[in-house]
Amino acid sequence: MQLARVIGNVVSTVKNATLEGRKLMVIQALDGDLRPVGKPLVAVDSVGAGAGELVFWCRGKEASFALDGVEAPTDCTIIGIVDSESHVKSIATKGATKGDRK
Amino acid sequence: MILARVLGNVVATQKNSRYGEARIMLVQPINPDGAPRGASMLALDSVDAGEGDIVIVVQEGWSASTASTGEAGAAIDSAIIGVVDSVEQDTRKIETDG
Repeated sequence: MQLARVIGNVVSTVKNATLEGRKLMVIQALDGDLRPVGKPLVAVDSVGAGAGELVFWCRGKEASFALDGVEAPTDCTIIGIVDSESHVKSIATKGATKGDRK
Repeated sequence: MILARVLGNVVATQKNSRYGEARIMLVQPINPDGAPRGASMLALDSVDAGEGDIVIVVQEGWSASTASTGEAGAAIDSAIIGVVDSVEQDTRKIETDG
């Protein structure tokens, strides 16, 4: 699982039937310092995330387990919204400090 | 999932029997702004996508197999699962490295 920023959404009328009613978001994966990692992805939303929010997501087959018993074809699902960005940043800062001591 | 543009379809008479009637499409991955990224690739179609369409491509075996053939276990790792009407991106939210 990885942190990500929701940077947009995708509108798709014709799609797999099990994805009907699901929001599709554009996300940019982030590292612990909230720096972008890799290219933007399309994710199924399972938690009601909105644009600009810091979220975390799950990749692979397991991504389809997040959708209330309906196993939809997804390899990227938003499974949580992070409450506090500053908290994440403070953890990352701690990690960097520890690394410096080695 | 990733966004991609459909370049066309590949015709293969001799292929794995579990592919069934699904069409094999050649797609070009793109960024949310429409710019191509990386090499083109193959994906099975499950939503009747056509040449020029922007589509959503899932890159995971179980999802790709069930979406395009109706059952798991076929040798498929990518499938088109949606046709995109529009993409809304707020670039102010973050600077992507794409």
